[in-house]
Amino acid sequence: MSNETAVLDEVMEVEAPQADSAAAILSGPIASRADDLPAWFRDEQRAGWNEFLAMPMPNRRAQPWRFSNVDALDLSGYDHPAPLAETERTEIVERSRGLEETAGRLVFADDQLLRRDVLSEKLRDRGVIFQPLERAIIEHEALFRRHFMSEPATLGSAKFAALHRALVTSGTFLYVPRGVEIELPLEIFHWLSSENVAVFPHLLLVADELSKVTVLEHFRSVESDRRGFACGVNDLIAGAGAKVTYACAQNWGANVVALQMNATTVARDASAMSLNVHLGAAFSRFESFSRLVGEGARSDLLAVSAAHAKQEFDARTLQDHASPHTTSDLLYKNSLSGRARNIFGGLIRVEPHAHFTDAYQTVRNLLLSDDAEANSMPGLEILADNVKCSHGATSGQLNEEEMFYLLARGIPPTVSRQLLVRGFLNEAVRRLPHSAIREFVNDLLARKLAEAKS
Amino acid sequence: MPTETSPLDLERNKGDFAYPETHVHDAGVGLTEKTIEFISNIKQDPDWARAFRLNALKTFLSKPMPTHWASHDLEAIVFDNIRYYLSSGTQAKRNWEDVPDDVKRTFERLGIPEQERKFLAGVEAQFDSEAVYSNIKKAVGEQGVIFVGSTEGLKEYPEIFRRWFGKVIPTGDNKFSALNSAVFSGGSFIYVPPGVKVKHPLQAYFRINAENFGQFERTLIIVDEGAELTYMEGCTAPKFNTATLHSAVVELVALKGAKIQYITVQNWSANVFNLVTKRALAHEEAEVKWIDCNIGSRLTMKYPGVILKGRKARGEVLSIALASNGQHQDTGAKMVHAADETTSNIISKSISIGTGRATYRGLVHVPKHLKDCRNNTECDALLINSTSRTDTYPAITVRGTGNSVQHEASVSQVSAEQIFYMQQRGLSEAQAMSLSVNGFVNDLVRQFPMEYSVELKRLIELEMEGSVG
Repeated sequence: MSNETAVLDEVMEVEAPQADSAAAILSGPIASRADDLPAWFRDEQRAGWNEFLAMPMPNRRAQPWRFSNVDALDLSGYDHPAPLAETERTEIVERSRGLEETAGRLVFADDQLLRRDVLSEKLRDRGVIFQPLERAIIEHEALFRRHFMSEPATLGSAKFAALHRALVTSGTFLYVPRGVEIELPLEIFHWLSSENVAVFPHLLLVADELSKVTVLEHFRSVESDRRGFACGVNDLIAGAGAKVTYACAQNWGANVVALQMNATTVARDASAMSLNVHLGAAFSRFESFSRLVGEGARSDLLAVSAAHAKQEFDARTLQDHASPHTTSDLLYKNSLSGRARNIFGGLIRVEPHAHFTDAYQTVRNLLLSDDAEANSMPGLEILADNVKCSHGATSGQLNEEEMFYLLARGIPPTVSRQLLVRGFLNEAVRRLPHSAIREFVNDLLARKLAEAKS
Repeated sequence: MPTETSPLDLERNKGDFAYPETHVHDAGVGLTEKTIEFISNIKQDPDWARAFRLNALKTFLSKPMPTHWASHDLEAIVFDNIRYYLSSGTQAKRNWEDVPDDVKRTFERLGIPEQERKFLAGVEAQFDSEAVYSNIKKAVGEQGVIFVGSTEGLKEYPEIFRRWFGKVIPTGDNKFSALNSAVFSGGSFIYVPPGVKVKHPLQAYFRINAENFGQFERTLIIVDEGAELTYMEGCTAPKFNTATLHSAVVELVALKGAKIQYITVQNWSANVFNLVTKRALAHEEAEVKWIDCNIGSRLTMKYPGVILKGRKARGEVLSIALASNGQHQDTGAKMVHAADETTSNIISKSISIGTGRATYRGLVHVPKHLKDCRNNTECDALLINSTSRTDTYPAITVRGTGNSVQHEASVSQVSAEQIFYMQQRGLSEAQAMSLSVNGFVNDLVRQFPMEYSVELKRLIELEMEGSVG
């Protein structure tokens, strides 16, 4: 770990950048910002932009976008963010509350770094890197470049992954060296603040052999009714024997269109667990590509969502077993009220020679209103032998007997319903091995459900 | 039941023979408006049917191949190399003695007239493009049951035929339904009057004899209020060196309280593209059950469906697919719930052997404001060899709070412990395998008519013989 980094690694409020005039994202990367970037990164941007322009917009007649409201992806009218004023920055940092105890924290708003609560000296000395992308691309070029967007977006959003590559300017690089175990979670906040801006949150997590790390990410809006666009990419790499736990609380404002492309690569004897909580945004598309590349690898994919009003949540997943003796287990639980729509398109693929695979996929939809709609496309592609695979998808309602039981004990109907929905969603949340994150998520879910009823 | 009396002998090679072609009418190779005119002229189609065909041709040409989701093997079909119409006359014979000798010998080798005498209420036999023989038992005919070829149905019973023709499966439903609508020939037209319960099954047998040929039968079955019908179809073709196309459209209409059971045992030779659209319309309290067994063909794409239009209608698909070396069985089911209290059930079992690939593709749709709709889907796949492949691609849409839908799928292989156990008791490995595979499909096979289940079990035994090791 280089010394020049250490100088800057202290609790700090980051200085506001120079003012740029607002520019539409569809006019491409901002030329004046390019001067601060290394040449290789500028090349990435250029290549990404050309790719973005060359690819067609999604079409719902294509399987990866089947049932999806692709009209929501009109990108005209979103701008690159302008620098935030000092008062806004202070206020946002103040509101960036998540867990009580963390090993480190980064706060971004409108793709600007507002604050870093850095790692303990002990972790830094052991070589842990936790820094914003704009520094990582310079200070850890070799390591960063090797993994930066190395997994292709195969689940439908290749065009938006290209856009991300062209326009990403901030985000997080987290590297945990061999054998280092970080007990406390690291926390990252991404805020949307100004009206009509686009942000491109990025996380690159590289957990080297036998390391252990937990990350909690928050996606939030400063004002819940402001329009905005978020297009995030998240790459988790679990080296041999590593243990990576990742949770994300997506709680964008009601007028945000969000796309998130996650890729997880799990090496020999490593395990990765993710819990994605989807609560906010008008339209939220979530893609999760999980690759098991070494024997003994395990991936647990958990998600819960609570959609109301006219929200649409679209989740596409791929559990790709590329090596024998690997395990993956997906559990998605969705509750829907109002006129909300949910789409799940998931695939378990067992590659040739990936024998002795165990792969499971379970989706449960809870429909709470007559206008809610759930679409499920659970899929299997098995090209190997000696596998144990299953998937199940159900859609149903609250159990009347359970409801009756609660009502009979004098609990009001709205509260009873909320309790049952929380119980339903908790089945996924409780699998997460971190009690502080579980509590945080349950609290968030309770608030969202109460809000939906009022 | 001894195998000689089986209605459709499923032994793979039994259908592998061909007689020299002696067709009087041959539309030549390729598909243009002239081909359509040729077919319409021979059939002396009424104007509406001619216009219907020409319009369908336009739709067919304008639609792309569905390769954005389906197998790219479809690209191997060269529409310009196919012969679209071959026959020796459009009038099916009522007496077996009047059928031309070659054709007669073909069906006698396949055992058709023998079966009719034994237990069928009526038989139709199609040879390339036209039905050569069609007969119905006198007692059944006297009840008012109509059982004729589609050409005859269209001309003789236009008031019933036109009311439902193309209504369950519109021309533009997919590229292959459009193709069928343009060049359809043969198939059955059946009408069962109100309250008539046809005791014995009606059967159709489809035979392709010519090389480079496309068979496009069109079946329309209308079962009136409270009536009941069981229909069975079987098919074979010789093993030619070039690909053959079979693209049927089957429309079923079950009026109030009617029951239809439609049984298919598909055993085409391994060079046939079998691309079939099958759908039923179930009115109030009607029941439609598709029993679908796919053993033959190179690529089968078939997703029998039921549109549950009336209250308390019920739809069911029971499906068995056996994909051996080089085969792709892409099968499934569609259930569209369009009324309250409708129920549907899909049970699919597939076995992939060698390089075989079995795919389940399904659609379940429950629109909003419906109450008490239920769907149950179960898909189980068995993989025999390490090169075998299986896929499952369901799509389920549910709206509202009154309905419940569940889908489950599993993939497994024959357990080594089971095989070991049976070998310990003196069975050979192949015997143990076939016993185990038969156990896997047993609960479904039991729901098939007796004579079919016996045959299916025997066939699985045959298939398993070469697959171990």
